[in-house]
Amino acid sequence: MSLWPELELVLPEVSKPARYIGGEGGMVEPEHHRSKVAWLLAYPDTYEIGLPNQGLQILYEILNERDDAVAERAYAPWVDMEAEMRAAGLPLFSVDTHRRAGDFDVLGFNLSAELIYTNLLNCIDLAGVPVRAENRADADLLIGAGGHCTYNPEPLADFVDFFVLGDGEEAVSDINAVVRDWKRGGKKSRQAVLRELAAVEGVYVPSLYDVAYDGPALVSITPRFADVPAVVQKRTVADLAAWPYPKNQLVPLTEVVHDRLNVEVFRGCTRGCRFCQAGMITRPVRERPAKQVRTMVADGLARSGYDEVALTSLSTADFSGIEEVVSATMDCGAGEVSVSLPSLRVDAFTVGLAAQIQRARRTGLTFAPEAGSWRMRQVINKLIDERDLYGAVESAFSQGWRRMKLYFLTGLPTETDVDTLAIGELARNCVELGRGHTKNPSVTVSLGGFVPKPFTPFQWFGQNTVSELQRKIFLLRDDIKRNRGVQMKWHDPKASMVEGIASRGDRRIGRVIEDVWRQGGTFQEWSEHFDYDRWTQAMARNGLSVDWYVHRHRAEDEVLPWDHLSAGLHKDFLWQDWRDALNEVGLEDCRWTPCYDCGACTGYSIEHIVASATPPAGGSQGTGQVPTGYRPTGAVAVQLAGAGSRASS
Amino acid sequence: MNPNQAPRTRIRLQYSKAGRIRFTSHRDMARIWERSLRRTGLPVAQTEGFSPRAKLHFGLALATSYESDAEYLDVDFKRGDVAVDEVLEALVGVLPAGIAVSGGAVLAPGTMSLQQAVTCCDWDIELLDVTAGDLVQWVDRVLGATTLVITRERKGQQITDDLAPQVRALEVGEPTSRGVRLLATLGTQPRAARPSELLTALEPVYRPVLVRRTRQWIEQDGARLEPLEVGAAPAQHTLVGVQ
Repeated sequence: MSLWPELELVLPEVSKPARYIGGEGGMVEPEHHRSKVAWLLAYPDTYEIGLPNQGLQILYEILNERDDAVAERAYAPWVDMEAEMRAAGLPLFSVDTHRRAGDFDVLGFNLSAELIYTNLLNCIDLAGVPVRAENRADADLLIGAGGHCTYNPEPLADFVDFFVLGDGEEAVSDINAVVRDWKRGGKKSRQAVLRELAAVEGVYVPSLYDVAYDGPALVSITPRFADVPAVVQKRTVADLAAWPYPKNQLVPLTEVVHDRLNVEVFRGCTRGCRFCQAGMITRPVRERPAKQVRTMVADGLARSGYDEVALTSLSTADFSGIEEVVSATMDCGAGEVSVSLPSLRVDAFTVGLAAQIQRARRTGLTFAPEAGSWRMRQVINKLIDERDLYGAVESAFSQGWRRMKLYFLTGLPTETDVDTLAIGELARNCVELGRGHTKNPSVTVSLGGFVPKPFTPFQWFGQNTVSELQRKIFLLRDDIKRNRGVQMKWHDPKASMVEGIASRGDRRIGRVIEDVWRQGGTFQEWSEHFDYDRWTQAMARNGLSVDWYVHRHRAEDEVLPWDHLSAGLHKDFLWQDWRDALNEVGLEDCRWTPCYDCGACTGYSIEHIVASATPPAGGSQGTGQVPTGYRPTGAVAVQLAGAGSRASS
Repeated sequence: MNPNQAPRTRIRLQYSKAGRIRFTSHRDMARIWERSLRRTGLPVAQTEGFSPRAKLHFGLALATSYESDAEYLDVDFKRGDVAVDEVLEALVGVLPAGIAVSGGAVLAPGTMSLQQAVTCCDWDIELLDVTAGDLVQWVDRVLGATTLVITRERKGQQITDDLAPQVRALEVGEPTSRGVRLLATLGTQPRAARPSELLTALEPVYRPVLVRRTRQWIEQDGARLEPLEVGAAPAQHTLVGVQ
């Protein structure tokens, strides 16, 4: 049953063996039974990256609470471990009880980034299952996937049996019921169980759809059967208060990213930043009651022993109870617990809040203005006043911070060199502010190449080429170089290009992903393993054009590879927002202003759940047209730094 | 009052590490102890300054994948009257599976740190793919050698050491269910000799399947004491924790 005796012989030979042992606080060693569906929940990256994933942890608990399901976890073995496993004939295994993947019924992946797609294929292969869905036998593992990347599942359509769109809390139980009945009936027909899964709301079974092309153009993706939905709708949990998960966050024995207590304070965001897929697909805003947050923080700290808690969301300062919750959290650790707010508006980052959160410990601060010029921020609808940014930076320096990071995107629609160079200007001004408080202030500009995502207003935009992104990066680097105190880091533009292939790719891109994987291209989000040439060669070998997939502007009437899926957002709403972007027109945050019917609430008969009817201190919360001479306050994200050494240089 | 001058208690704990948790590193263990002690609610002293941490003083590092019956940790408490039993009791149920506290002792002020005080360790090394007879011969050759030159890497440089003075005792032990056992006592000053180095000192080179530290020794004034025995108030072998 357990592979542990064999693994024990291999583990002394590999790097960081603790990532394969499980044993975390909160771990479950469930009792498998033929009447229970056995789920192997997998994150197709290393344990250190995958363990903290909140989505998988939530599903792990929900499934293990059921009496007709068990769930364990797996992560992608690092390259040295994979070599040992293949040499010893060891398959992918769970870290909980070290069972082989083949002993489970469902292998379910979380997909959070395009560059991990080849790892998904590798994990399926290590599990002992054919990588292409069409080659699987009736009783083979069902391969499922959820997470933000599944809003364009087409590049993985050939490898994954079913995708889940949206929140998984309720969908996972619906899926479990279908698989349970299939298992109890002896797993007779794979086709039959897939047909039944397709009937579950939020589930997309790609093999049940026909795809038609006309040359390079996609013509249609249509269901092959009348009972299969023509458009698959996402799932949305109406009230986060009903799902206080994870209740027992896993506490790993070895170091992982985000190694702290994480409590989700709300889901969804309506700030309307046009580059941000998460903000579009997770609507509406659903706040967790402040009281429940306090309880989850207090209980979580007591049982985990962590001395840091992150209040997570897409923009935590927008949480109605933020001040109350931060202050209560600081108190419950007797001054020894630090709070990190991974997303915080700059205009709310006051001296007072800075003072509060550094009571225990001062970690890195990241502000994310995203764009250097006011014009550019109007285009992306991130309406932050420079004075707000400077105020936040000043607050941080005045409270003893000496270093901070500013996050920007480059390659945005309508971007000119004036916009790019404005980033340097902002950074220099921040360093100047710091000199008033400390001798050696340091500001690091972190620059990422913009990759357009499905279900955003920018889904029609042609991504900048590698050479254009590189040119802009060097332009800024040269501009910043002479300034003591300003450093710059950037994401490899070649990696952005490859992300672009998968981000808006269609089903034909699957051949490219398989090709790269067969050439040994795993761990592509790790700079030491990323291989750009493998991707461009695989595109060429398969007769596919990078320009067509990545750099081409899409037309309004073009069929997009995700048109048969829905995140609730009306396509004409997104198109209008795209036109508004080009006209530098902003859009208000609808949680505090009247509905403009994007579709995310009205389509599913749900509403925002926001405790406060008015925006928190100061912010104008995104406005429409900005009167001449008036600059509204707005939002930037603040986050605590530290997420490993992945693909950035 | 300056917190550095407040009355304090320093308590030395002995614990074992076995099972799958043996694949955690020394650094991992430090984090595990910090979290576990926070869960107890005991008044552990904190370092001052920018990034306060619990005042824990770890002994000799145990290599990743080794087991041990004899790991030690000195913990500083904010109060002067913290008792060993109070600490042992508070630790029940908060440590992860595979870590079990076996005793503790209050240290007198000025007690030498574990790293400085410990002079040698006993090791129980399980080997496969070798017969007891061959191992006996290997042991004789090791004990008969005047020098045992090993090379190791340090900061990218190859360094050679003579291991011979560090081999205090060496014998073949009772066989295990799957292999043979080598029992060794290796010196730790000025630098701790490692079982893996011993096994590469002479051909043929052996690869252990399991290594277990069984004792740590402090040799002073001709006596050999275990680290809890130098404490002022030992509460020996109060078995605590879960296995």
